[in-house]
Amino acid sequence: MPPRTLFEKIWDAHVVAAPEGQSALLYIDLHLVHEVTSPQAFDGLRTSGRRVRQPLRTVATVDHNIPTTPRGLPITDPIAAKQIEALQKNCREFGVPLFDMDSADQGIVHIIGPELGITLPGMTIVCGDSHTSTHGAFGSLAFGIGTSEVEHVLATQCLPQKKPKTLQIHVSGKLAEGVTAKDLALGIIGQIGTDGATGHVIEYAGDTVRGLSMEARMTLCNMSIEAGARAGLIAPDDTTFAYARGRRFAPKGKDWEEAVAGWRTLASDSGAKFDRVIEIDATSLAPFVTWGTNPGMVVAVTARVPELNSFAQDADRRAAEQALAYMGLDPGTPIETITVDRVFIGSCTNSRIEDLRAAARVAKGQHVNPKVRAMVVPGSQAIKRAAEQEGLHRIFLDAGFEWRESGCSMCLGMNPDILQPGERCASTSNRNFEGRQGRGGRTHLVSPMMAAAAAIAGHFTDIRNWRFQ
Amino acid sequence: MQPFRKHTGVVVPLDKVNVDTDQIIPKQFLKRIERTGFGEFLFYDWRFSGDGKKIADFILHQPRYAKASILVAGKNFGCGSSREHAVWALADYGFRVVIASSFADIFANNSLKNGLLTVRLNDEQVAEITRRSKEIENYQLTVDLETLHVEDGQGFAATFAMDEFSRHCLLDGLDDIGLTLQHEAEIGEYETRHPVRPEMKEEMKDLLAR
Repeated sequence: MPPRTLFEKIWDAHVVAAPEGQSALLYIDLHLVHEVTSPQAFDGLRTSGRRVRQPLRTVATVDHNIPTTPRGLPITDPIAAKQIEALQKNCREFGVPLFDMDSADQGIVHIIGPELGITLPGMTIVCGDSHTSTHGAFGSLAFGIGTSEVEHVLATQCLPQKKPKTLQIHVSGKLAEGVTAKDLALGIIGQIGTDGATGHVIEYAGDTVRGLSMEARMTLCNMSIEAGARAGLIAPDDTTFAYARGRRFAPKGKDWEEAVAGWRTLASDSGAKFDRVIEIDATSLAPFVTWGTNPGMVVAVTARVPELNSFAQDADRRAAEQALAYMGLDPGTPIETITVDRVFIGSCTNSRIEDLRAAARVAKGQHVNPKVRAMVVPGSQAIKRAAEQEGLHRIFLDAGFEWRESGCSMCLGMNPDILQPGERCASTSNRNFEGRQGRGGRTHLVSPMMAAAAAIAGHFTDIRNWRFQ
Repeated sequence: MQPFRKHTGVVVPLDKVNVDTDQIIPKQFLKRIERTGFGEFLFYDWRFSGDGKKIADFILHQPRYAKASILVAGKNFGCGSSREHAVWALADYGFRVVIASSFADIFANNSLKNGLLTVRLNDEQVAEITRRSKEIENYQLTVDLETLHVEDGQGFAATFAMDEFSRHCLLDGLDDIGLTLQHEAEIGEYETRHPVRPEMKEEMKDLLAR
């Protein structure tokens, strides 16, 4: 057999059928389900008299529209409440396991899969959510799908798929102190654009990637979709196995040993061909801040908002002009002079325990600027508990941050956590699209440390110069 | 699914690149549990002001484009969130075709499942259609999926590519779940070789049927 990439190995192992003249039929090991993109899919099953083929390969939770106020309080939005009830009803009717609102394991779907050991190397994982790419950090092929495909997987546990192309992003060199996986992701997207990886599965490789923790790898893979990629993945290694070992749903005993032996074969063979290769020098990266209305509109914190004449393409220049008008920014403005009204630390990109530790390190002994409202939303109930055990919540609360319940929250503002028109937010989430965090809201994407620093300073500031207390 | 064979309709230009699905259908409309009725919320924040008033000069509100069923836009159309609601909104509003120089992967897949045809042309062709749809009153295109051909009857013609299987599904409006289930034997055999892990069986019991 010719040398294969990691992606090709996972793909080949999951092809159920490859009918002549059709897309390959891929088996799906794990289907994650949440309240927003599933109700119409379950309705489809009912209409056609189909059942959920593999309920134990299907795992549901509520995350997108739930409030982050204390759990006992009622949901004030009746339409959101109805959607949550629909998921509860569908899970009961079709026998699908659900981590419900009151579950000790509830959390953002892309946080709890890994945290519970449901996400493991070598799997195919789908979810009606574009940030499913997060799970690629384990060396799984994980990608977002639409609701029709959700129905397809519920009914058949398979998906017909066109084989994507492969893109290796090879990162070498040491990330400077204060430069995180989020900055690496934003640096890559800034370089290749929000459609730079369309039609491709990215494999992140190189010594920088090997040196990243699982939390950091998840942040990096999470943002793959923001470069347009079908998926992003990283070959599993000892870091991966150490993370997964002993988790609730992970294999145990002899099964674990056998699983690890199999996972060790999940690396791209030497000589395997990628359709494209991009080299990134990690030492050239800085903490990044987005200035526009997509994640590719990004510069280093030490830079300025770009001048319009710096865009070669007419369409890009017009897009930048529209973005700056929306963002209320002038070309040439130094990033560090931009003040913020709100700070959001959370989302499937940056709400894991390491993210909270990093932000707390910045916040320790400091106080949120009186003009800023800042909130911390842990990705899951388990993360919230772990952070409280370490006393991180104390640091945040003492510094004037709000400490809330887990969910997607202000990443997409489907729950009451939204920006008011014109409010400017330093956010650890993944999308700075117009209106994403609330109509007229102005989002700047940053790392957790950069967000915490902005909350305290009241404006963006280079975390590399921060005086930690 | 509604089959797509050939369609002639008025073209409306949305002269923007990277139109994301948050713009096509903002999040506040994703809480509905139905599949229908999303058209009135299409491009909501661009079509309506904060107090719900129609923004008259937004392109879709201009009377000359009132009957448009073909949307032409810049590169990377449909990027961002996987929400199929974006496709439901476009289709429900009356669009049958979107033309752009590139589409985000998930959006293109979702379109295919709903009989909304995504036509990929090169930048020059998209620019030309955009120009003509701005300058020529009641500018129409005919999009033929059988011949993979686009033309306006006034000098513009182009061909586009689409993989044969997707084209076949669209032309016949096929239920692709039905197609997959034709492979029941292979799926069953795969599942015999790859059973559900014991931990998933045991630990998941607690989470069922509460």
